[in-house]
Amino acid sequence: MTSDTVRAAPRPTAGTVPDKAPPRRRRLGDLPIAIVFVLPAAIGFAVFYVWPAIRGAYLSLTKYNVLTPPRFIGLENYRQLFGDHLFWNALKVTAEYVVLNIGTQTVISMVLAVLLHRLTRSMVVRGIVLLPYLVANVVVALVWFWMLDFQLGVVNQVIEWLGFDRVAFFGADLGIATIAMINTWRHMGYTALLIFAGLLMIPPSVYEAAAIDGASEWRTFWRVTLPLLRPVMALVMVLSVIGSFQVFDTVAVTTGGGPINATRVIYFYIYDMAFNRFNFGYAAALSSVLFVLLAGIAYLQLRLSRAGESDLKGA
Amino acid sequence: MASIRWGRVAGWAVLVLVMVATLFPFYWMLRTSFSSTRSLAAGAGDLLPVDFTLGAYRRVLGLSSTAEAVAEGGSTGTVDFWLYLRNSIVVATTVTAGQVFFSSMAAYAFARLRWPGREAVFTIFVTALMVPPIFTTLPNFVLIKDLGLLNTYLGIILPHLLMTPFAVFFLRQFFLGINASVEEAARLDGAGHVRTFFRIILPMSKGPISTLAILVYITSWNDYFWPLLVGKAENVRVLTVALGIFRSQTPQGSPDWAGLMAATLFAALPMIVLFALLGRRVIDSIGYTGVK
Repeated sequence: MTSDTVRAAPRPTAGTVPDKAPPRRRRLGDLPIAIVFVLPAAIGFAVFYVWPAIRGAYLSLTKYNVLTPPRFIGLENYRQLFGDHLFWNALKVTAEYVVLNIGTQTVISMVLAVLLHRLTRSMVVRGIVLLPYLVANVVVALVWFWMLDFQLGVVNQVIEWLGFDRVAFFGADLGIATIAMINTWRHMGYTALLIFAGLLMIPPSVYEAAAIDGASEWRTFWRVTLPLLRPVMALVMVLSVIGSFQVFDTVAVTTGGGPINATRVIYFYIYDMAFNRFNFGYAAALSSVLFVLLAGIAYLQLRLSRAGESDLKGA
Repeated sequence: MASIRWGRVAGWAVLVLVMVATLFPFYWMLRTSFSSTRSLAAGAGDLLPVDFTLGAYRRVLGLSSTAEAVAEGGSTGTVDFWLYLRNSIVVATTVTAGQVFFSSMAAYAFARLRWPGREAVFTIFVTALMVPPIFTTLPNFVLIKDLGLLNTYLGIILPHLLMTPFAVFFLRQFFLGINASVEEAARLDGAGHVRTFFRIILPMSKGPISTLAILVYITSWNDYFWPLLVGKAENVRVLTVALGIFRSQTPQGSPDWAGLMAATLFAALPMIVLFALLGRRVIDSIGYTGVK
């Protein structure tokens, strides 16, 4: 979606306008006016992104409970972190969540996108699949919390009616899978529409060529659609994996991390550490580790998927 | 030919299944919100509201007395979702207006102006997309606290008012796609950059800008984590935070399900109405392919 937009955009080149500006002006270009345009955003960026990032890195090296000034303790938080089984548990639970969520979401969205592309241009259909994305995580979580309730939930009514035992969806065994499915439900339509947008960018001529060659729908999908979709998919995947690691709302309003620690995802653990146990320094250290981890994952994903390259040119 | 037809039938079957799975929870929210909490146990599988009543709405909108609320399985704590609705509107509207405007200015500078360091600064902006919000959220909480802005609108709004890396990135993509000749024509007419931006670039980008505005509004409306940290007080409490608190009040052992569903529907409704009004634009926007 994005990389191709850039590619397609006619960039202003030196050749389009004869550049008669004096050398000094050419070096500075539009700098003065650019500063005016960028300034408000740059202030917001400096105060609410850069400064807190620096401060966060520093706080991770301190013992800090918000009420008294932070006390520098070096790498003590990080040392403690490696022996903290709750931290490792939170990572494990989060990883389970991400795998389940991204796995189901990607497959369902891809199928949905291809179906939308091949079957209909109906705005109503697209609107319906997008609907869950428009309501808050909290709303979605509560509705499913109610529908999956052990005693009164409609899903368990149906399960019992079919002759099976009631399922403890928010119990220790299934809790994290349930939360993953709830968020898959919320995001599948949105992700499908992103992929759908990518599908629309594939020139119809490519499909016509495939049809002339007598390729089946199935073969066309694997040999034409999927490779051409790769840049879009790479972007979608990177963004959804990063988003997925940050699951919090759904956990916070349903299980609250329980039972015991079965759904205590990393974000919730950090929140708990900072705002219930007032251990801000340690929470900052946890966020730093999460940051490094996510950066590593994003980098790997981009490398593996060669996201910056498009196959469209060669097609 | 026949096989293709069957393929289409199967495809439609899957599509319909997805749509039903998507819509059913919304129906169930509606159905439960018109039920009486006390009767839900007896009619847990009924497709229609159990003991139809508007009691749940009266409870969450602060219209029923405590005695009434308790009698219907509600909580003794008072809630007023009208107030939370107002707070959500104030927060989401301010954030959207500020963020979209200031981000579009920055995006213009990154896309259409030529200045030394442009790529470097833009790269730094975009790198922030990769930073998990929690890394900056904790220190931002400390900052807002130090500024004495806890439990104020300003405290909730400020961090997202001037920019988000996404907004800048998003608009830059579209500004890049605008044909340079349009700008050159304006330049030949003697228009400066400010004039070009307000008179040509912004009007030309109405589509992507309203798209972004819608996305920002939705994100802000649905945000839970940040307002939970800085805006728990009733006078600035937004809908999502209010829902979380309402959910944790468990009257008489079991949640007030009808009240909870009435509240969730009330919180979701503005987004659904917005979608109904702007639906086409929202959907198109997600598939927006930029200027040809």
